[in-house]
Amino acid sequence: MEPFRLHTGVVAPLDQADIDTDQIIPKQFLKSVSREGYGDFLFHDWRTEEGGAINPEFILNREPYKGASILLTGRNFGCGSSREHAAWALKDFGFRAVLAPSFADIFRENADQNGLAAISLEESIVRELLARAYREEPLSLTVDLEQCTVAESDKLVACFEIDDFRKMCLLEGLDRIGLTLRQAEAISLFEQQRWPNRPESL
Amino acid sequence: MIASPPSTLLDKIWNNHLVHSDPGAPDLLYVDLHLLHEVTSAQAFEGLKVAGRTVRRPDLCMATVDHNIPTTDRSLPVLDSIARVQMEVLRENAQSHGIRLFDVDDERQGIVHVIGPELGLTRPGMVIVCGDSHTSTHGAFGALSFGIGTSEVEHVLATQCIPQRRPKAMEIRLEGDRPVGISAKDLILAIIGEVGVAGAAGHVIEYTGPVVGSLSMEERMTICNMSIEAGARAGMISPDTTTFEYLRDREFGPNSNDFDDLKTEWETLETDDGAIFDRSVVMDIGDLEPQVTWGTNPGMVTGISGGIPNPDKIEDEEIRDSAERALKYMGLEPGTPIESINIDRVFVGSCTNGRLEDLREVARIVNGKRVHSSVHAMVVPGSTAVRRQAELEGLDRVFTAAGFEWREAGCSMCIGMNPDTLSAGERCASTTNRNFEGRQGRGGRTHLVSPATAAATALAGRFTDPRSG
Ligand code: SF4
Repeated sequence: MEPFRLHTGVVAPLDQADIDTDQIIPKQFLKSVSREGYGDFLFHDWRTEEGGAINPEFILNREPYKGASILLTGRNFGCGSSREHAAWALKDFGFRAVLAPSFADIFRENADQNGLAAISLEESIVRELLARAYREEPLSLTVDLEQCTVAESDKLVACFEIDDFRKMCLLEGLDRIGLTLRQAEAISLFEQQRWPNRPESL
Repeated sequence: MIASPPSTLLDKIWNNHLVHSDPGAPDLLYVDLHLLHEVTSAQAFEGLKVAGRTVRRPDLCMATVDHNIPTTDRSLPVLDSIARVQMEVLRENAQSHGIRLFDVDDERQGIVHVIGPELGLTRPGMVIVCGDSHTSTHGAFGALSFGIGTSEVEHVLATQCIPQRRPKAMEIRLEGDRPVGISAKDLILAIIGEVGVAGAAGHVIEYTGPVVGSLSMEERMTICNMSIEAGARAGMISPDTTTFEYLRDREFGPNSNDFDDLKTEWETLETDDGAIFDRSVVMDIGDLEPQVTWGTNPGMVTGISGGIPNPDKIEDEEIRDSAERALKYMGLEPGTPIESINIDRVFVGSCTNGRLEDLREVARIVNGKRVHSSVHAMVVPGSTAVRRQAELEGLDRVFTAAGFEWREAGCSMCIGMNPDTLSAGERCASTTNRNFEGRQGRGGRTHLVSPATAAATALAGRFTDPRSG
């Protein structure tokens, strides 16, 4: 997994609560069997008009946001379907971090698994930043995971909390499966205790 | 002996599956059952291959095809070549790893959350995962059952374990008697309306109260299914006699010699008196009406005698914006009575309401009547077994005589990955679980309702209280 330490980039504001994964990547794009190539379909139904033409109004279709790498958005981002394609699409488009007051549980996990930093900031700070991001074109921020800060140039904008384990995994780009496999003995022991006489359990 | 402190159902299942625990890190939980389907598994198998890993316990996995299979004639080839590839990849993966697959022509095929219980694979006290958020359904049996992403699917394939932070335990206690004609779907929609779509984030909900004990297994599944719509990690209901009786004589259920032993074990799966939930919500359901969603998330819901709310009256700016946006998308004006809204389509099906009792309820209401001339209505059974049983009972003939289409089993228009979709602007009364923008087809307008409300609405061509028929 690609580690995440420090990232500076253009902030794309998307002021809406409860953005679900059906919006992030609509179902018609879930048929691929690979992890790549979803960026073009990110927010597809918002980015395109009925019929397929580009919707020039949508933020990610406008300069300088076409190259944005930090998404700033409303609470409960990524609710709904468990599709990891949502995290893949955001990354494939070029996003490295999503800042929001809160995230849906499965989405946050999926983001973690892909080195996409899903960072919760206080709601009031998000509101303030959203207002500024819409006003100033563009707002550029730095997310520093080691320090747990968001800064603008050298000016501190916000501090955030993240649990140490998530932080370590992101910083190191850890292979989570490898981490679990270190417990292979404990897993085998568990299985032996659980089904002493029944290797087949179903 | 020191008496252990009173614990919740969640704690009990959690502790029973704890493989390893390190301070600061998520707990490592053992997974008893891993369900797989065609849309979220391919990349996981690919990941395994790249890393040179294998499936640790193929015997604890079960796969089926449900999301993008056609629900029309199964003898015809799948026209959508990409969907076909996805199904073929699952077939290859299942075969090469020795995983049991209920393929499209198998009589046990169906929506993964319908067939798990139906086949007796889902059992009390289990930890069950699947790359699908509605895995919460299986919590109806007193299992801890939750949806995971594809990287986690890979993780479980490789290790049969899942690292998880212990979620908080939330009790939703339903008080009062269930009014006549109120379905499990109405209960859960009202709960989501009350708690909000993120209200249970970070929590596992346990549904309690006398009403819950009186629900059938299928009704319990409808409720647990939509726990994710309140943001919960999972939903669960303590197992009881209803649960045990359901599990007798299922094809993959416990064999009869083990049954009594297991039952004794299962009977301990309840929240002890005095155990403390992190949060409790009490709801009185005594006055509940049939529920209809009006917006673009399942929390935007109201009673059928109500009307479209006025966003101007909402104080929270973000909620007001969402409501305004939703009404624009849905093409609705504040104040419009729900029962005056005409509909174009009716969809009965999905892992929420595609089971036998749901179909029986619809058949009871439409029997001998005709679907309104301006409505296109469809019934898609949740599994091939449901379909077969419905046909044995003659429900299919009731549906077709009334003007419903009768289809093969699958997710169908719940997600619209197969050809079953809404066109832009079409309004649908749907027994599914998500009314997100575009969920059933771009520009399509979905209203979530119970099977009974869907049936009454199909006949009238506009939202109709099923109790008034
Ligand atoms: S029926 Fe709908 S919600 Fe259920 S598994 Fe299928 S797509 Fe998901």
